[in-house]
Amino acid sequence: MFGFISRRLVMAVVVMFVVALISFMLFRFVGDPINQMVGIETTPEQREALRERLGLNDPIIIQFARFIMGALQFDFGNSYQFKQPVAELIAKRLPATLELSFVSALFALVVGVPMGVYTGLNRHSPLSKLFLTVSLIGVSLPTFFIGILLIFLFSVHLQWLPSFGRGDVVAIGDWWTTGFLTLSGLKALILPSITLGLFQMTLIMRLIRAEMLEVIRTDYIKFARARGLPDRSIHFVHALKNTMVPVITITGLQLGSIIAFAIITETVFQWPGMGLLFLQAVQNVDIPIMAAYLMLTAFIFVVINLAVDILYVVIDPRLRTERSGL
Amino acid sequence: MTEQTTMPEQDVAKGRIARILDSDIFHSFIRSKVTVIAAIVTAVLMISAFLAPWIAPHDPFDLAQISILDARVPPVGMAYHDPRFLLGTDDQGRDMLSGILYGMRISLAVGFLSVAFAAVLGIFLGLLSGYVGGRTDAIIMRIAEIQLTFPAILIALLIDGVANGIFGNLDRERWAVWILTFSIGLSFWVQYARTVRGSTMVEKNKEYVQAARVIGIPSFIIMFRHVLPNVMGPVLVIATINLALAIITEATLSFLGVGVPATQPSLGTLIRIGNDFLFSGEWWIAIFPGLTLAILVLAVNLLGDWMRDALNPKLR
Repeated sequence: MFGFISRRLVMAVVVMFVVALISFMLFRFVGDPINQMVGIETTPEQREALRERLGLNDPIIIQFARFIMGALQFDFGNSYQFKQPVAELIAKRLPATLELSFVSALFALVVGVPMGVYTGLNRHSPLSKLFLTVSLIGVSLPTFFIGILLIFLFSVHLQWLPSFGRGDVVAIGDWWTTGFLTLSGLKALILPSITLGLFQMTLIMRLIRAEMLEVIRTDYIKFARARGLPDRSIHFVHALKNTMVPVITITGLQLGSIIAFAIITETVFQWPGMGLLFLQAVQNVDIPIMAAYLMLTAFIFVVINLAVDILYVVIDPRLRTERSGL
Repeated sequence: MTEQTTMPEQDVAKGRIARILDSDIFHSFIRSKVTVIAAIVTAVLMISAFLAPWIAPHDPFDLAQISILDARVPPVGMAYHDPRFLLGTDDQGRDMLSGILYGMRISLAVGFLSVAFAAVLGIFLGLLSGYVGGRTDAIIMRIAEIQLTFPAILIALLIDGVANGIFGNLDRERWAVWILTFSIGLSFWVQYARTVRGSTMVEKNKEYVQAARVIGIPSFIIMFRHVLPNVMGPVLVIATINLALAIITEATLSFLGVGVPATQPSLGTLIRIGNDFLFSGEWWIAIFPGLTLAILVLAVNLLGDWMRDALNPKLR
């Protein structure tokens, strides 16, 4: 098990290194960073001085090393558009994205798991068929169009919920702001998190349904029934527990894609998070923000992947013995 | 295959159609009503998109036909509608129905091209990886693994952003569709590569490959002439499912404003334009292209699902 985890760790470091290399190449070779930093009236001498001061004339290896050292301290220089440190810009936007992702993941799990269990147990009930049809439509509708439909229905037509922004937020500590503590903040969370979580919800539902269908046929479930255990405890304790391994893997990996898909949801709802910042950066070729966002999401993905791998071994004892046997 | 070679030409053609009509796959197709409907819907949408220049009531790119006086006309059935515009018009007076037909054309073109690009790249790398093995295999699979860590949409977005940074805004309009195709294709190759690699490694050890090797046929000919046809089955299934994904990705990127330019609107671009008018009550500008997109993707998805079950029960 130790060997397995250390192998995954090495892999994670390699991934981060490659991403850092890509980010660095972006920064260094897509457009001239000097051109982005100075105005038109700057003389060639001033440009050269700035180039020298920023160390852009040093050998590439040294520049890359410097970039990595900066990245380790989360220093990516200044944004081309905003002329502010990228780290500050992202830190200001991070809470919005994390809160949105968290609520979406929660929504996907809380709704997806019971729906999956129900459709797995009652294969032929009309409600199951309805759930499955709805889930297929949910997969086929692009995220942004779901958002538009929700806005159209609940904001424009019924005027129940806000269509953009985070509502009122409360500051906690120096830089964290939360929308959990105000009514308008909570109301503003509803539509974006449903939009973002819907795909994951259908995925979890289908996964649990498929696993349930298999588990329910196994001997130990039949035995539990023969012992006269109540249905509820068979379904939710014995059966559900054994469907959890793939669910945890997929949910964990999906957490990464929730953060990526937040770009779309944040655009539809003008949610002031990292995704919106990244999209503006892509449109305006603001490389420092793109590089920093790439590194940060890569880091989050790598950590999640690692955690899922480790959790996998912890949860499933069969894997543990197989691995230690290697 | 062996019976066919002894048959005369005409019988081969006849026999082939008869065999298709009599095959298990065709029976399972006819039995599943949903699949038949999905196939018909897909065919109708694709044909009408292909024939857009001939069947669209207006030409949305012809400035002479567009009048700003016709802007934001509601669809037929609502108050103040204009019978010339079945689904209403957008903010510049372009007919929605024509816009959707032309838009679907671009969406489908980008979808097909990027799937083809991803498939070719993935199959090539997969074959190479599976057949050559060793260090080549390790490097390709590590790259695949790293790319798999990131969602496709993020990679497509990034490649698009970088390409636009390199090309600058001037060339962007001209290259946008190709950049988009390239970035979507590049974000989807991993699945093909992994599948093809797996089946190649199985095929590699079969007698026919060993025989070919013994008589001295060069490796790349064995790979592409002999192994490739035998690993294509799952690729077709992946390609169908990926077509739906690629269409969604294209629409999403265009909606985010990094995809195709507004001068050549795809379905995603149309939805983005319409999104600005949602609050002023002109819902049809966003909703109709959106519904078209949803129906198209749903139909292709259903076909893909059926194909997966019918052609290759082992895949899932």
